[in-house]
Amino acid sequence: MSKTITIDGKTIPFEEGQTIMDAASAAGVYIPHLCHHPDYSPHGSCKLCNVSVNGRICSSCTFPAMDGQTVLSDTHELNEDRRRITQMLFVEGNHLCPGCEKSGNCQLQAVGYHLNMLDNHFPHFYASREMDASHPDVLIDHNRCIFCTLCVRASQQADGKDVFAISGRGINKHLIVNSQSGLLKDTDFEATDNAAHICPTGAILAKRQGFRVPIGRRTYDHKEIDQVSLAESGYRPNTTLIAETEQSQYDE
Amino acid sequence: MKQSIQNLAKKYDHQSTHLLQILREIQAIHHFVPEEAIDALVELLHIPRTRIISVIEFYSFLHLSPRGNYELLISDSITDHMSGKKELTHYLSKQLNVAVGSVREDGVVSLDNTSCTGLCDQGPAGLINGYPLTRLDRPRIDCIADLINQQKPLTEWPSELFQVNDNLIKSGLLLEHTIAPGEALKETFKRGLQETLAEINQSGLRGRGGAGYSTGWKWHLCYEGPEEDAFCDVDAQNQLQRYVICNADEGEPGTFKDRVLLNSFADQVFEGMTLCAVITGASKGFLYLRGEYLFLYDKLQSQLAERRQSGLLGNNILGQGFCFDIEICLGAGAYICGEESALIESLEGKPGIPRNRPPYPVTQGYLGKPTVVNNVETFLAATAIALHGGEWFAKIGTEKSKGSKILSICGDCTQPGIYEFPFGTNLKTILAECGADDVLGIQIGGPSGTFVSNQELDRTLAFEDLATGGSFIIFNSRRNILDIVHNFTHFFAHESCGFCTPCRVGTSLLAKQIDKIVEGHGSAGDVVALEELCQIIKKQSHCGLGQTAANPVLTTLERYPELYQSQLKKISYEPGFDLDGALETARRLANRNDAGAHLAQTDASGSLPIASFPPSLAVAEDHE
Repeated sequence: MSKTITIDGKTIPFEEGQTIMDAASAAGVYIPHLCHHPDYSPHGSCKLCNVSVNGRICSSCTFPAMDGQTVLSDTHELNEDRRRITQMLFVEGNHLCPGCEKSGNCQLQAVGYHLNMLDNHFPHFYASREMDASHPDVLIDHNRCIFCTLCVRASQQADGKDVFAISGRGINKHLIVNSQSGLLKDTDFEATDNAAHICPTGAILAKRQGFRVPIGRRTYDHKEIDQVSLAESGYRPNTTLIAETEQSQYDE
Repeated sequence: MKQSIQNLAKKYDHQSTHLLQILREIQAIHHFVPEEAIDALVELLHIPRTRIISVIEFYSFLHLSPRGNYELLISDSITDHMSGKKELTHYLSKQLNVAVGSVREDGVVSLDNTSCTGLCDQGPAGLINGYPLTRLDRPRIDCIADLINQQKPLTEWPSELFQVNDNLIKSGLLLEHTIAPGEALKETFKRGLQETLAEINQSGLRGRGGAGYSTGWKWHLCYEGPEEDAFCDVDAQNQLQRYVICNADEGEPGTFKDRVLLNSFADQVFEGMTLCAVITGASKGFLYLRGEYLFLYDKLQSQLAERRQSGLLGNNILGQGFCFDIEICLGAGAYICGEESALIESLEGKPGIPRNRPPYPVTQGYLGKPTVVNNVETFLAATAIALHGGEWFAKIGTEKSKGSKILSICGDCTQPGIYEFPFGTNLKTILAECGADDVLGIQIGGPSGTFVSNQELDRTLAFEDLATGGSFIIFNSRRNILDIVHNFTHFFAHESCGFCTPCRVGTSLLAKQIDKIVEGHGSAGDVVALEELCQIIKKQSHCGLGQTAANPVLTTLERYPELYQSQLKKISYEPGFDLDGALETARRLANRNDAGAHLAQTDASGSLPIASFPPSLAVAEDHE
């Protein structure tokens, strides 16, 4: 007999070695997340995917599924905390959606909508952060970095490079790149790198792509992040949905 | 410089696991880590420069830009504040002509604050180029300022400036009798390894860092190793590399017991580590010594050398065929490294960021191998138990907290220092012993622990009631609770590693919110907002730091709600900044300072919202 866990009362099978997130995604259960991506090793830092496992709060993207676990995820209490955590990310950086090219394709924004976030709640930090537009094809806007390390992992694990790292401590965390000048142009980074397309926010953007896809026709303009995310992680409820979402904006 | 970096890299076998140790040495020579050194290390250690920079920027004692030849740091612990730290720092800053947080123009001296230095029984304290300065007062500061201005090398400074006293006031079960080096090991070999582990289990010894995990069980799990190795044959099992780590990164403000244990009982600690090694099958041990205890380093090294000489460490311990040796690694100013998985990351030469668990260190610790991490006091106790037996230990204490606890007592009492009490002792007894009267409250277990009021003095020291890693800070009735909370809250914001959102952003938001309330800008909803924020940080954070960072607020809010409420203005909303202060630049530009150039935040009674525009602008007021 296969092993199972329950998430919000739904019985879900899993295979040995799967995390709670893996098992949930495979079964079509969306757990909000920002630093997780099915192609890369889990990180467990954004804490949006925190769930209650037998009464204890755990990151579902890193915590292994074990037979008989009772997992709570889509509860009022957890979603309230997720909204607050998302608001923390919004006030920590400078996220001005109307002026951001990523708007509509942005996971941070989409998660905000998904969690019914209507304001920033907390006072802003107004962090003074810089832009690195040195690279011919890609720019980094540090104002929008949420330290999810997806670019760090994509560069290491998919591109076989080591372009990015997160440096600093506490509220002074920041993204750094692997060059003596500290500029992206002096690294071995290329626009075709996986790391160039992985950023969940508008911190790493391809140049000369602005408004190629008009506002209103972007990924999250017509779909909620839960559908898109499940499709990305391989869940196949119906084929039309997948066909639509797999077409990345940057492939055009 | 290149040559010296090459020599350093060679000294550490070109191992990137020793990056932190290498960077510490570079910082000690140059008072920062120069660009050239980073370039050289990229080549020598075969690591990306981002790795080196992220380590430098993580640890408080490492810098990318030059500090002074005399790097002067003043401890920011609450007890230092209670003994006049603020005024003394101001004086010091004036005498040396250098602002806090900066380097003097001539590059000779830099001055800054640092988290608790573990000298709360002899503060106000500081560090100069990593070495402790104790009992600071004006005459001492005059002396220090003179020595710096004359640019006298530290070796020529009067030794009393650096004098660190043990202040061991009350010994109990463990500290009463000294154990000769090797005595417990010999007893262990005589009795048998599994039999000794059984004694440790029987003793009921639980981790002394505060979390209280069963020591015997931890050793047993490490010996067993990961599940996939459990069924391999005995030979393969014995080949499995294991590690023993002694956590001497006591960074909890108010704790200093490990400083004393390592100064006067180090042999017994090393013996405990060796016992653990022979029982679990580890061949390598580390003492992770907090950077603030650099002054103990040479002495500890010579004690290790002596133990090697006497056959208590090395290739054939006491002729029994066991191999084990201990290396001392220094931290570099990061409280988070007291968390065991962050400590392991740090030992691997990385920023001290707590790992995701499972896997736990007992199955996958240092370099992915089974690792025991225990507190200094735990190893000390294990040695005594191996010699005297489990029952000797278990007959003292309470049902769930066997044996004794060594406390670092400081704050408002006549005799701050080290005290050993049986578990189960009540607070009244402890307070009487250290000469504390007129007590307002006690911070037990440091900022991450609990604030206990003077109404709770019948409570006891035990895992069942008040668990503590050893920090015990006493406050008398003249102390302001909000000042204490303010200090602790800023401490956590400063020490958060920044890995997870709730702690990284939450602790900084909490510091802001406390500032707002303490500075008198709080309004009706602000205490509710404060508590909600605390709950999120506590519930959702990645590790113990975040999960306890809100404790100073939560434990005092629970006991003194009226105190918080009294700070609030009776209006529904107050901005978190000073409106009138924001006009200062405009006043300077306009060269005005009359009443009309000022803006009050509330009316005189404090009961109305912002309605007091200067008369010249008060057109809208009539509508109210």
